[in-house]
Amino acid sequence: MSKFLEWVDRRFPLTKTWNEHLAEYYAPKNFNFWYYFGSLAMLVLVIQIVTGIFLTMHYNPDAETAFASVEYIMRDVPWGWLIRYLHAIGGSAFFVVVYLHMFRGLLYGSHREPRELVWLLGCVIFVVLMAESFMGYLLPWGNMSFWGAQVIISLFGAIPFVGEGLAEWVRGDFVVSDATLKRFFAFHVAAVPLILAGLVYLHIVALHRVGSNNPDGIEIKKNKDADGVPKDGIPFHPYYSVKDLVGVVVFLIIYLAIVFFLPEFFGLFLEKDNFLPADPLQTPADIVPLWYFTPYYSILRATTESLMWFVRGLIVLSVVVAFVRTSKPTAKGIAALVGAGFFIGAFIFTPKFWGVVLMGFSIVALFLLPWLDQSPVRSIRYRGWMYKTALAVFVFSFVILGYMGMHNPDHVSLFIFKNVVWAQICTITYALFFILMPLYSVWDRTKPEPERVNFK
Amino acid sequence: MKKLILILILAAVSPSSLAAEATEPLDPVYTNLGNKASLQRGAKLFVNYCLSCHSAAYMRYNRMGRDLGISQGNIDEHMMFAADKPGALMTVSMPEVKAKQWFGTAPPDLSLITRVRKPEWVYSYLRRFYFDAESPHGWNNSLFENVAMPHVLYELQGVQRLTGHDEHGYPRFEMQAPGTMTPEEYDEAMQDLTNFLVYLGEPAKLERYKIGTIVMLFLAGLLVLSYFLKKEYWRDIHYS
Repeated sequence: MSKFLEWVDRRFPLTKTWNEHLAEYYAPKNFNFWYYFGSLAMLVLVIQIVTGIFLTMHYNPDAETAFASVEYIMRDVPWGWLIRYLHAIGGSAFFVVVYLHMFRGLLYGSHREPRELVWLLGCVIFVVLMAESFMGYLLPWGNMSFWGAQVIISLFGAIPFVGEGLAEWVRGDFVVSDATLKRFFAFHVAAVPLILAGLVYLHIVALHRVGSNNPDGIEIKKNKDADGVPKDGIPFHPYYSVKDLVGVVVFLIIYLAIVFFLPEFFGLFLEKDNFLPADPLQTPADIVPLWYFTPYYSILRATTESLMWFVRGLIVLSVVVAFVRTSKPTAKGIAALVGAGFFIGAFIFTPKFWGVVLMGFSIVALFLLPWLDQSPVRSIRYRGWMYKTALAVFVFSFVILGYMGMHNPDHVSLFIFKNVVWAQICTITYALFFILMPLYSVWDRTKPEPERVNFK
Repeated sequence: MKKLILILILAAVSPSSLAAEATEPLDPVYTNLGNKASLQRGAKLFVNYCLSCHSAAYMRYNRMGRDLGISQGNIDEHMMFAADKPGALMTVSMPEVKAKQWFGTAPPDLSLITRVRKPEWVYSYLRRFYFDAESPHGWNNSLFENVAMPHVLYELQGVQRLTGHDEHGYPRFEMQAPGTMTPEEYDEAMQDLTNFLVYLGEPAKLERYKIGTIVMLFLAGLLVLSYFLKKEYWRDIHYS
């Protein structure tokens, strides 16, 4: 065996790779609950790829037969129902896991220097994942698939001058049709998964270059023993491989319990209207995206004429924050110029267009986090009340936006406000979390970071 | 605190979101896919009364026979009126164009009806047809007003008239001419039919729970093993 390994090692860095990324990759020994979701996201990616391959063997990307082919998989293909449920619910599981994975970053400052690239690559993965799931959702060719795609693609139409042409180009037709279905199929099963796999590879390479953060947000590489091994580090394999195994089993219990016992998950994972075939003549009573898109959808719908004054206010506020936090005249000049451009744009363009812009910004803002966050400490354990409050408000806003996005704007009201008013308030607080971060992250009274990691 | 907030939110939301659906309340129905006899009776009703106009175009006759324990001979003789091959899909021979002429709309496929609407809805719908002289075909339905479908099962249920609604919004009917079934028998038959439609919506449901239980037991065992494996390995990590 060892002879064979030598033979391989002379031709391929097998042992070296194994050591660098597993057996001698030193991870902080104080990982807690929040650190399971990275490896779980990889697991879900594999599940989606494998189940997806089997689904393509029986699925027809054709507007006439797509819906029937899904039912064929559900009824006539041996174990087809299981593969299909695993894939459909895997989509939701992916977002659960990825949202928790991202939230971990906000808790412990994983986006901070020197992990900016890890964070940025992660953000790109998130955006690509959204594209992947959006296109995948069209494939069953149910009525909600059809109308959801119709609504979201028509958003391109809000872009001035080129919008309508762009929307038509994306659809390949004047409405969502067979042409749209076929291109979405091609992207969903070939192009995007390839990109996704490549990005995940880069994400991990970047992570292993700088090393993992931990719940204390301190660098374990600052404290090394005589052999150059971090004192608070343990080899990923076997310690975290066996620990993650426990996480995997717990995850599988929850995921498979939903697959086997509650696959529709109260209409959240499989929507009622998607059991009807796509019908361009019959609009569903409420067109709602799947749950993981509803926060952004809410922001889109919240942007009405009445919100525009607040949007202008937020633009002015962003410029003010930039002025307070930079001393360089050029930076101030750029901030003033860009701000002025946006401010004027807020008078010229329609709220519909601004809805799309704000929806875009709600995701772009994540990319800026490493530079917006100026706190001297990384982890929430050593931050003061300001960041803790801001993060709580952010999570609250995100959840409320998501909840409101699931319901018709006219139907739900919470306490005193209507759906749309709640969505507007939360859109503003969501934006303030990012816009004010350069201020409160600095003003916050932080506690001193420890020398070595803690177990809490 | 978190719990309190959650409770407050739920309490504030639930009444108003319910009010949005200002339709009649639904009758509760007990469906049980383990009850083969009920599924068989439901299947018989379905092929005799529904399948003349409504298709179940994703379902095959022989699959239904296998799942419900109906022999192929019985299916050939009593159920396959519109098809000749055992593996044929349960389609209808009524052309869609004609259906639109006769009813104003093509009768929807019923394969997935209980997944689009709740079983309770289907059960209530089947019970709430009434005689209405103003409707073109003489029938109406209190749950689905001015529905295009006439009351196909009136021979069984009888002819009833809508007299109003009670304080909870449930419709009240008065029997004008009794059918071949008593009201209790009719309710039971509709329960069987609903039960069958639940099966029709997802035949895999018959085995899904069983397999799921085995999978859960296996994972529970695996959880114990993996937990102790982790504990064993982490014995030499010191927390200080």
